[in-house]
Amino acid sequence: MGSSDIPRSDIPRANRPPLSFHVPEPSFRPGDTVEYASLNIPAAGLQPRPDEGCDAHDTHPLCLDLIRVLGDDHRAVGPWDPRLEADTLRRMLRTMALTRAFDERMYRGQRQGKTSFYMKCTGEEATSIAAGMALAGDDMVFPSYRQQGILIARGYPLVEMINQIYSNRADKLKGRQLPIMYSSRDHSFFTISGNLATQLPQATGFAMASAIKGDSRIAAAWVGEGSTAEGDFHSALTFAAVYNAPVIFNVVNNQWAISSFSGFAGSERTTFAARAIGYGIAGLRVDGNDALAVYAAEKWAADRARANMGPTLIEHFTYRAEGHSTSDDPSQYRSAAEGKEWPLGDPINRLKLHLIALGEWSEEQQAEMDRGLAEEVKAATKEAEKNGILGHGLHHPFATMFEDVFEELPWHLKEQSEQAIRERAIKWPEPAAKGPAA
Amino acid sequence: MTTEEAPVTLADAPVRRLNMIEAINDALDIMLAHDPDVVVLGEDVGFFGGVFRATAGLQKKHGKNRVFDTPISECGIIGVAVGMGAYGLRPVPEIQFADYIYPGLDQLVSEAARLRYRSAGEFIAPMTVRSPFGGGIFGGQTHSQSPEALFTHVSGIKTVIPATPHDAKGLLIAAIEDNDPVIFFEPKRIYNGPFTGYYDVPVEPWSKHADSAVPEGYYKIPLGKARSVRSGEALTVLAYGTMVHVAERVMHDKGIDADILDLRTLVPLDIEAIEASVRKTGRVLIVHEATRTSGFGAELAALIQERCFYHLEAPIERVTGFDTPYPHSLEWAYFPGPVRIGEAVDRLMKA
Repeated sequence: MGSSDIPRSDIPRANRPPLSFHVPEPSFRPGDTVEYASLNIPAAGLQPRPDEGCDAHDTHPLCLDLIRVLGDDHRAVGPWDPRLEADTLRRMLRTMALTRAFDERMYRGQRQGKTSFYMKCTGEEATSIAAGMALAGDDMVFPSYRQQGILIARGYPLVEMINQIYSNRADKLKGRQLPIMYSSRDHSFFTISGNLATQLPQATGFAMASAIKGDSRIAAAWVGEGSTAEGDFHSALTFAAVYNAPVIFNVVNNQWAISSFSGFAGSERTTFAARAIGYGIAGLRVDGNDALAVYAAEKWAADRARANMGPTLIEHFTYRAEGHSTSDDPSQYRSAAEGKEWPLGDPINRLKLHLIALGEWSEEQQAEMDRGLAEEVKAATKEAEKNGILGHGLHHPFATMFEDVFEELPWHLKEQSEQAIRERAIKWPEPAAKGPAA
Repeated sequence: MTTEEAPVTLADAPVRRLNMIEAINDALDIMLAHDPDVVVLGEDVGFFGGVFRATAGLQKKHGKNRVFDTPISECGIIGVAVGMGAYGLRPVPEIQFADYIYPGLDQLVSEAARLRYRSAGEFIAPMTVRSPFGGGIFGGQTHSQSPEALFTHVSGIKTVIPATPHDAKGLLIAAIEDNDPVIFFEPKRIYNGPFTGYYDVPVEPWSKHADSAVPEGYYKIPLGKARSVRSGEALTVLAYGTMVHVAERVMHDKGIDADILDLRTLVPLDIEAIEASVRKTGRVLIVHEATRTSGFGAELAALIQERCFYHLEAPIERVTGFDTPYPHSLEWAYFPGPVRIGEAVDRLMKA
């Protein structure tokens, strides 16, 4: 054994107590009953709302609080009530419900073998849709992988999303990217990376560029609480603080990073919003399942950024109601009761009940809307399937594999492209039957 | 000289049929029991047992001080492993996918790899970084890469890639016991069964393959020793990981009497085995899934022309992945499969 080669002493030092090693452990594991008494959830409406132009320090008490607008009676209360028109609330509700219907259908599609992979955002719809609606349409968003709601809110066609998920011949990303790794410059939606947290310093950089040019656009990034552990998070916040960049960092704290609970990103010590305190930037902690609170917080941060008051970190406190992805089985590591009994409820249900309480909506209208949305998604799916599904591969000419590596094709990629096309003729001799020619 | 280790003491060891995941799990289990300084850390490796189940049951058996989850920070995972090594532990960090190793590169390249050199041996980094790598699972560009050449290019890091359950166990034990930092890339396409390059036929489980016979208990396969997959006279095939099985199948189907070497360790390389084979056959086919330019094949080709030039009867052939990111839907167009290998073999045999 090599260990003996390594010089060190195994003898405990006299008079010094032995150190002990701490490994975080979540409160509940599979089979456990859950109780959330220790979770500090303040009543809605109690949280103060400082002016958008305030000193960053004035927001820091809010980093340890929880901004909530929708009360137990489903009424909007307190200074953070964004006072949105009923039409806007209905649009928000519809977009969230559409996103959920879309997720349901795409998840089933993956299970049916129509694609390789899918990720739902169930339970977290408000953190992308309500937040996205608080931004201007041309503010650049730097999403992680669970912000499909922003794309839908910005009117990106469902058919295009499904084309991407199926990697079919109409996929604008040419079948290159893993499903759900969308990109749409026209919708100011930055290309999604499979690597985590890389988008954060990029959002800071976009915001710095906008400031350098005297533009009015801001940037907003989303990241899971687990990925705040990456060094990119620190770089992004440091640069944002140093250059007072007009950027919003949305930390979606959905409690779970695959099988690792938020304690593995530091939640045993403090909140994720409290990271803002150390950087001296504004921070807000918000009930992520309260669409009005999410909207209000994001709007506050956007207005602040636009007023040259710099960056804001927002923690959206929510719950990942489903698995990490179609490759995950959460029943292996967390209690099923955890999601069912999540004390902050479901964002769609809460917004629906608010609209009903306002007399602007009804259960019947909700049911009718849900039926319509399911039909809309079904129709989009059928439309997209005309362009093929992943299982029927080879939708893209092989030459496309070599395009966009560089702006222009160097000699070696030209040679390799010819090789790939030659192989196609041998491996798949009837390309016309399955897709466009090589 | 032999390239096959002679596990004399293993000859009578009871044997179990394991897939590659089970063999890796077995190696970790044995080393955790064998050496109290071994610790296993990484994202999701603890309670859950890893997204590929390689560490399943280990936390329960060996405790949370020995097997534990980490924050999502590859820089942190490898950085703390450097510090643990400085203390005297033997950390076995897992990076969930090789594609995610890059934030940890500074800790690997500038720190772990040079600790021994810059401190003149005062400090070492006896860590083994395990990471699934390679494509063939529709993982797109961020779950498919083969970045081994980045590590072979760095002085002070050993790079190991098993191709069978038997070797995975023995090599992993040797890597963990090695006092230098080792990158241990696990070809995830063959975790559950050897892949022959024909993506449209059902996967054959490891249990039907001879090399799934894994001796129970402790054994190691020395780093730096290639494995002779098949002895032959017509040409030399140099491969590692998944491509060993693909190349073997192509040679079989084409009826080529190939001398196939599974390199197993890229650094330090078994140059003796390579030279002996090339001197025998005079023709060389190098196969890797990684991108072509500056891939490990380039190093192999250079070594062979330096050392065996007058034995060569044909230009060395390299069959590789293309120099593009790993595409999602055109995965099987990208993969260096039977057609690409077959064309290279034809050129070699005609020359």
